Amino acid sequence: MLLDLDQISPINGAGNYPALWPLDHKRTKEAGKRQARVTVTAKETDWTERMLAVRDKQDRQAFAELFSHFAPRVKGFLIKAGSDASIAEDCAQDVMATVWRKAAQFDPSRASVATWVFTIARNRRIDIARRDRRPEPEDLPWASEDEPDQAEVYEAAQETNRLAAAIAELPEKQRILVQRAFYGDLSHSEIAAETGLPLGTIKSRIRLALDRLRQKMT
Amino acid sequence: MTIRHHLSDSMMIAYAAGTLPEAFSLVVATHVSMCDDCRAQLGAFEAVGGAVLSSEPCAMAAGSLAATLARLEAPEAIRPPKPRGFFAGPLADYVGGDLETVRWKSLGNGVRQAILPTSKGASARLLYIPAGQAVPDHGHRGTELTLVLQGAFRDDTDRFGVGDLEVATEELEHTPIAEEGEPCICLAATDAPLRFNALLPRLLQPLFKI
Repeated sequence: MLLDLDQISPINGAGNYPALWPLDHKRTKEAGKRQARVTVTAKETDWTERMLAVRDKQDRQAFAELFSHFAPRVKGFLIKAGSDASIAEDCAQDVMATVWRKAAQFDPSRASVATWVFTIARNRRIDIARRDRRPEPEDLPWASEDEPDQAEVYEAAQETNRLAAAIAELPEKQRILVQRAFYGDLSHSEIAAETGLPLGTIKSRIRLALDRLRQKMT
Repeated sequence: MTIRHHLSDSMMIAYAAGTLPEAFSLVVATHVSMCDDCRAQLGAFEAVGGAVLSSEPCAMAAGSLAATLARLEAPEAIRPPKPRGFFAGPLADYVGGDLETVRWKSLGNGVRQAILPTSKGASARLLYIPAGQAVPDHGHRGTELTLVLQGAFRDDTDRFGVGDLEVATEELEHTPIAEEGEPCICLAATDAPLRFNALLPRLLQPLFKI
């Protein structure tokens, strides 16, 4: 994703993030941090298995493990998106309770658990920020009675990991802009986007799944 | 139906991130409901959101797991998707029904519009343009999204058929005209104020070069 830095006013610029985004002389430390970020998300397939245990068996132990991984991430995301810590704490709990309640909608061949949790957290963030409705695309009967293709499930599960690595490798300014876009910090006119991230394979995988679904529906 | 005009990536990233004004979100959600390409692309952008979410954990308060476990409710069953009427799901919710429930207001010359209730910041409306007629109110101040739901229109830039989405910015001055054949019905959203007062005298002209 190439975001045009020049389009954004200096007041919103990267200078607002000194503590989080070290300058060049702190590069080594930053590189270490990036490495850590990648390894933390290295077990996406495990999260898929736990999410399926929640979905299919209402497994509370699996939920507790998902909670310990994702609740802090949702909280961190909401704080970055501008919530204060106590609201973020409460909303992260709420998001995780929604993960439990809406577990039936989780389809491991469509998205990783992280992506699915993100969509729930994002909707919660919109609720906090304003009272708008957010119209959703028409739902499709994705989760069919068929067993999902294991290779696809594996691919979807790995995506978060791969994307996190790809984001970490972006030039710093660009990386900050990608993050700010998803923290809800940029308006649509400030996002001058061209995809620099490896999104083609993700799109193709979802597109193929959609084609199969459409065939079944007709 | 071959859709040739799609959502821009920046519009879709803003939708994935949840920062679009409600009226624009409605157009995006409706287009995505009609266009599997954009649905897949949106899924890819949401995956970026998943990666961004995963990157910055912040420790939860003590006892938060127990508190959450205590508030878990019964899981919801999947609701079967509603059968599609004239409007795709998200738009049907705003209209409150199907095509015959739309409360059109005449703009003259057979052109009709119906404003849809959305929050401030941008407005959404349905437009009904008889075959061969010009689309009114085409001075743009800000961004205007126009999604074709029935029929087609042409302007200086191209032809827009069912499912096609035109993104018009302030620079674009054009005179879209509904194609001959059936009436053209569009969902339009703009982040500029609608100019009702200026509209009526202009409607007396056969074409609108605003």
